[in-house]
Amino acid sequence: MAESETILQVENLVKHFPIRQGILFKKKVGEVKAVDGVSFELKRGETLGIVGESGCGKSTLAKLLMRLETPTAGRARLNGRDIYRMGGSELRRLRRNVQMVMQDPYTSLNPRMTVGDIIGEPYEIHPEAAPRGDRQRRVQELLDLVGLNPEHINRYPHQFSGGQRQRIGIARALALRPEVIVCDEPVSALDVSIQAQVINLLEKLQDEFGLSYIFIAHDLSVVRHISDRVGVMYLGKIVEIGTEDEIYARPTHPYTQALLSAVPVPDPEARAHREVIRLEGDVPSPANPPSGCRFRTRCWKAQEKCAKEEPLLVLRPAADPHPSACHFAEQRHVVA
Amino acid sequence: MNEHLLEVDNLFIEFHTRDGVSKVINGVSYHLNAGETLAVLGESGSGKSVTAQAIMGILDMPPGKITRGRILYRGRDLLTMSKEERRKVRGEEIAMVFQDALSSLNPVFTVGNQISETLRKRKGMSKADAMKRAVELMDQVKIPGAKERVKDYPHQFSGGMRQRVMIAMSLAMDPKVLIADEPTTALDVTVQAQIMDLLAELRRDLNMAMILITHDLGVVADVADRIAVMYAGRIVEHADVHALYKNPAHPYTKGLLESIPRLDAKGTELATIKGLPPNLLRPPTGCAFHPRCKYAQDICVTTTPPLLDLGGGRTSACHFAKELLDGRI
Repeated sequence: MAESETILQVENLVKHFPIRQGILFKKKVGEVKAVDGVSFELKRGETLGIVGESGCGKSTLAKLLMRLETPTAGRARLNGRDIYRMGGSELRRLRRNVQMVMQDPYTSLNPRMTVGDIIGEPYEIHPEAAPRGDRQRRVQELLDLVGLNPEHINRYPHQFSGGQRQRIGIARALALRPEVIVCDEPVSALDVSIQAQVINLLEKLQDEFGLSYIFIAHDLSVVRHISDRVGVMYLGKIVEIGTEDEIYARPTHPYTQALLSAVPVPDPEARAHREVIRLEGDVPSPANPPSGCRFRTRCWKAQEKCAKEEPLLVLRPAADPHPSACHFAEQRHVVA
Repeated sequence: MNEHLLEVDNLFIEFHTRDGVSKVINGVSYHLNAGETLAVLGESGSGKSVTAQAIMGILDMPPGKITRGRILYRGRDLLTMSKEERRKVRGEEIAMVFQDALSSLNPVFTVGNQISETLRKRKGMSKADAMKRAVELMDQVKIPGAKERVKDYPHQFSGGMRQRVMIAMSLAMDPKVLIADEPTTALDVTVQAQIMDLLAELRRDLNMAMILITHDLGVVADVADRIAVMYAGRIVEHADVHALYKNPAHPYTKGLLESIPRLDAKGTELATIKGLPPNLLRPPTGCAFHPRCKYAQDICVTTTPPLLDLGGGRTSACHFAKELLDGRI
């Protein structure tokens, strides 16, 4: 991708959820630090992949970007304007401009609405997007675009398979011609043979409409395939971010390296000469993250410094510099 | 020929539903030898779990019905045994680990209680002895602080630790065969790797045979010796893992291998298998895969392909398996 303009700029985004206890008088006893200082940029037409394990805050990040949650601190600017300060007609425009594709195609579609109503609903909410008489034609165009039969406009979600339902969800997201689509685990509920169809569809639509994607997933192979750049999250923070090649071929953060080496490669010949890093234990609770570097409790490189001083996500003097939040960042080749 | 430890022989299973009869298993045969790992690979609805449930004797009947076939364990047919005998085989000889550990464990009993239950009921151990053995089992599956945690409840464990508890339970009676049904699907990758390592280690140390049911081609490549690929209730290809990944002999296997994104390379567009898996209430004529197959010919529409023996323990249910192997199509 050549030098292109930044469409979304996220600065130091923080979301803490209070933990309350007590029956009559709810007292705040702590905070779950779901997202704790995340910054990145998304360029027009680009796909930024966000990977991480359960509880790392990637879905909370998605909700923040959709402005479904209000951040505790930080900013996110779409085309230069902070989305958390918008109101009135500007907020309505934002809602049109940023759309979402959700993980579960079974629960994200209303079973009592026809496919036509589901995909056409955005036009009810934003009537200025399409004149009333034009809507059915538009919905049929959208169905055709995502590879469904336009004649099935009056069917209900249960009459479609999982992959087809995910296509309906994508058509709905496209209805208002957004610039940014946040995809939260869009293919993880699908079978392997269907997954590839949906990934190809997302790529085709990106080329056709110049869409920018935030692609959140836990499947590292899928993320590599679709992303231009990738951010790796651990306990509410991005620990490493870079181009797809920098992250997969030249990772410098120990967590990224461990994560990559844990992915089984579909090649039995690789069994013998694959380097495997096994992490001990589980992810600590985000209500009480470790001091200093949050990964240090599972890291084989951890030293005293890591407990005292939090490593910042900055360029490190590795051979091929990209931001990495490790005091001892070092390139290591883990993917065969 | 040697007797196999476990053999599924020409099994047919139907489900009687409101909408008609769904033929979910249509002549499945596979075998397992002592100490080896067989992977059964397939997508949702391919029948991989139903076959396992039939082996364990936990298939819901009705609506399920085994219409034909045998399941032999050490040469004895499990399907014709008395209930008592069957119960002895289940758990003591063949044990199973399920996908979703949280819903497979009882939330109101401590894990120690659940692990030791089998020992008390089947071996007649005293409560104290059974608890002691439960701690040993938890140690064996590497649950840190087993002694203290034996009194904890399932919700106090993380997903990975719960799966370890499930594995400890299944090991209680020293089974010879362990059936693991998607044991890591609900887990994160780093935890998945820990569990797969543990299973491989236990299999080696205890000399168990394992049937690993999964949809993940990566997991299979990591641990399995042999692989059986299922589609629409049939085994469409059966081969040594190395042979299968190098050169698949069925268009479905080939399509699957081509359609997965790779971690170690950034591909261009992914190859896809067009269409959807069939509805087994109305399966296609001939080869069940023909509506999605790019090599399909007239014969595929009319005739169900037999399981062709390709030599070296390799079979494929495709009319054109040899041509596919030789690269002629």
